[in-house]
Amino acid sequence: MSDVGASGGSPLLAVRSLTKLFGSFAACNGIDLDIQPGETHALLGENGAGKSTLVKMLFGVLAPTSGEILWKGEPVRIASPGAARRLGIGMVFQHFSLFEALTVAENIALSLPPGISLSRVADEAATLSRAYGLPLDPKAHVADLSVGERQRIEIVRALLQNPELIILDEPTSVLTPQEADRLFETLAKLKAEGRSVLYISHRLEEVQRICDRATVLRHGKVTGACDPRRETPASLARMMVGSDVAAVSAAGTTVKGDVLLEANHLNAAARTPFAVSLKDICLKVRAGEVLAIAGVAGNGQGELFDALSGEFPVSDARAVSIRGKAAGNLGITARRLMGAGFVPEERHGHAAVPALPLSDNLVLARNQSDRKTFLAGGILGIIRNAVVRIASRRISETMDVRKSGEDPAAGSLSGGNLQKYIVGRELDRQPAVLIVNQPTWGVDAGAASRIRQALVDLAKAGSAVLVISQDLDEIFEVATEIAVISDGRLSNAYPAQDMTREKIGLLMGGMHGSETSPEAAHAH
Amino acid sequence: MGMLEAILLTVITAATPLVLASIGELVTERTGVLNLGVEGMMVMGAALAFSATQLTGSPYLGILAGIAGGALFSLLFGFLTLTLVANQVATGLALTILGLGVSGQIGEPYAGMSGAKLQPIEIPVLAEIPFIGPLLFRQDIIFYLSIAIVAGVNWFLFRTRAGLKVRAIGDNHASAHALGIHVIRTRYLAVMFGGACAGLAGAQLSLVYTPQWVENMSAGRGWIALALVVFASWRPWRVLLGGYLFGAVSISQLHAQAFGIGIPSQFLSALPYAATVVVLILISHNRRTTLINTPASLGKPFVPDR
Repeated sequence: MSDVGASGGSPLLAVRSLTKLFGSFAACNGIDLDIQPGETHALLGENGAGKSTLVKMLFGVLAPTSGEILWKGEPVRIASPGAARRLGIGMVFQHFSLFEALTVAENIALSLPPGISLSRVADEAATLSRAYGLPLDPKAHVADLSVGERQRIEIVRALLQNPELIILDEPTSVLTPQEADRLFETLAKLKAEGRSVLYISHRLEEVQRICDRATVLRHGKVTGACDPRRETPASLARMMVGSDVAAVSAAGTTVKGDVLLEANHLNAAARTPFAVSLKDICLKVRAGEVLAIAGVAGNGQGELFDALSGEFPVSDARAVSIRGKAAGNLGITARRLMGAGFVPEERHGHAAVPALPLSDNLVLARNQSDRKTFLAGGILGIIRNAVVRIASRRISETMDVRKSGEDPAAGSLSGGNLQKYIVGRELDRQPAVLIVNQPTWGVDAGAASRIRQALVDLAKAGSAVLVISQDLDEIFEVATEIAVISDGRLSNAYPAQDMTREKIGLLMGGMHGSETSPEAAHAH
Repeated sequence: MGMLEAILLTVITAATPLVLASIGELVTERTGVLNLGVEGMMVMGAALAFSATQLTGSPYLGILAGIAGGALFSLLFGFLTLTLVANQVATGLALTILGLGVSGQIGEPYAGMSGAKLQPIEIPVLAEIPFIGPLLFRQDIIFYLSIAIVAGVNWFLFRTRAGLKVRAIGDNHASAHALGIHVIRTRYLAVMFGGACAGLAGAQLSLVYTPQWVENMSAGRGWIALALVVFASWRPWRVLLGGYLFGAVSISQLHAQAFGIGIPSQFLSALPYAATVVVLILISHNRRTTLINTPASLGKPFVPDR
């Protein structure tokens, strides 16, 4: 691969007015893009900007409607992922295309050309993963691996084909700062070998750190090409969103009031072999506070949310208190009636039923906690459609939910808009306590900023807000206090201004003595 | 031939069609397709095998007719569910009902005739082993095939690349498609393999088990075969184990009656199903085992986005 960098000037991959229509909707509209040999090229854009559609066409998953793809100057038709791989294009998907029931080696073998024995695949994968600092056990079942380890499989799988261009789709969204650093080291190695990288992200800071050039997409069109290191996050965001992204303002002193949410030596056993048990969790959130809980995925965030929301109550009633009243053994409806609101992590299937319209989703969530508002006819529980419609419209307007039609199915909204609706659905009740798990996971910059501002505003209005998040940028934007969860244990909460990324990183891994060593800490 | 040997021989005869139909359905389900039409494909195989044998005088041509009939009939299921993306459960049930009807028409002219029984093939030397020899090595070709197919499927699924692709499609068809594996084509082949095996199982019924044609002669064995796949938690060797267990139970009910043991026959007939329920409870208890063995895309339609 060492000769790849030498072909000066002519791009490795060029895209000329590439268009993809779904019906009459242009997901990609006349895209031009050049990727030079050996460069790390960022593809920036909000959700729905056409980034995924574009890379799917480059990787042969989708067929373009019109336009041209040139590989080393030659026009090519990439009919399938196999064809893309034969050209020398590798891809690491955002939603991993891994098979949980198969082993690591089997997963890798599936994407290799036929005729290689499974044991050789296992050996090569182990060697390669060590060489790039991504240790893997080839015999492990994917179902047993963490998200970070799964990503390693994807990367090793792509690398085994010796690609000249590697496409990475939002690779750091699931990683700790330390894991992300390790990934950046791997990317630097690839670049040093003369390979090109197409790096898709909406994390501007990362793009500025590792990318040589950036192409920005909005509404399926290229809206800018730049050297990200010469831009500011604000100018990049402006290119992505088309207008200035409102910075979340936590300004204005808030008066801290009574403790509205408290966990007092909360313990919960793991419910499944993959779950984490909660160990002696203590936390207090006062009125006016936003307590953010940082942590790497799979360290008990989901379990903590379940215990605090009452999806899975605990036996000790005093382990959780809402507005001073013991609530540990109560279910979610009882806790909502005490003035709490909850937004779970999973939008589809947990916070919303994708196939049902927004108004039905509103009734489903609040028919018990706001029974008198939405239901008539006593025990008959007849839905007051007019009231529901008005409430649904109010939520959409307040949160700026962009949707097709008056009351579309929840699943037809983009992730960001649906999340705005779900958060708005809870805020509409003016909850005294709001508990949110990963509020802006996979949400575009504009929607994320809107949601974060809403959380900050709610706290300023005198509610207690608990945010569980893996996104450190988000945590620093919204939090007044920060704690870190690791292996089901919660650290002390520290005032946000006293916390640094390094400190959070150490708390994430260091508390139970594995994962991280101090020297691996983020140099930021 | 001793008493025990005679009983075991009937157990083998009863178990073979169950093993065959199950191993075919296992491969189909491993690709994520749930074909509830096993009963229909089986009875089609039985009718075609018997009538072809009557017409040609050769039970081997009858076997071929049964296999081809089952495979062609399953192709109808494949076209409806894979190409037209019809609901798999409804289509499977329709296939069973259609198969029972059409097979009645095909077999009608031959009803009541006694057919040529498939003759055992004796394997030299091995057949001379006392006790085991006559049981396992003086059998008809379909028995030998049933064992070979189970072994072959096990080898195919866990030792070959094509088998790995089959398991991958069953686990996650979208990812498999993204990797460039031909999901629909593989599923067609798997459905037809399932049909061929069910047809062979039917041929065993009308050429070996009871060498004649009786309407609805599959008598629910297709459903037991479906339950067996779950019982085996999609593992080929366990199909063999389960098939013989269920075969033994269904034979024991006959012997129990002969010996005048006072267990109601309905209770014994229900045993295979009760056993399946118990197994389902046991395997669902351990989520990890379920996750690793159950084809996660089972019954879900796949439409490639293009």
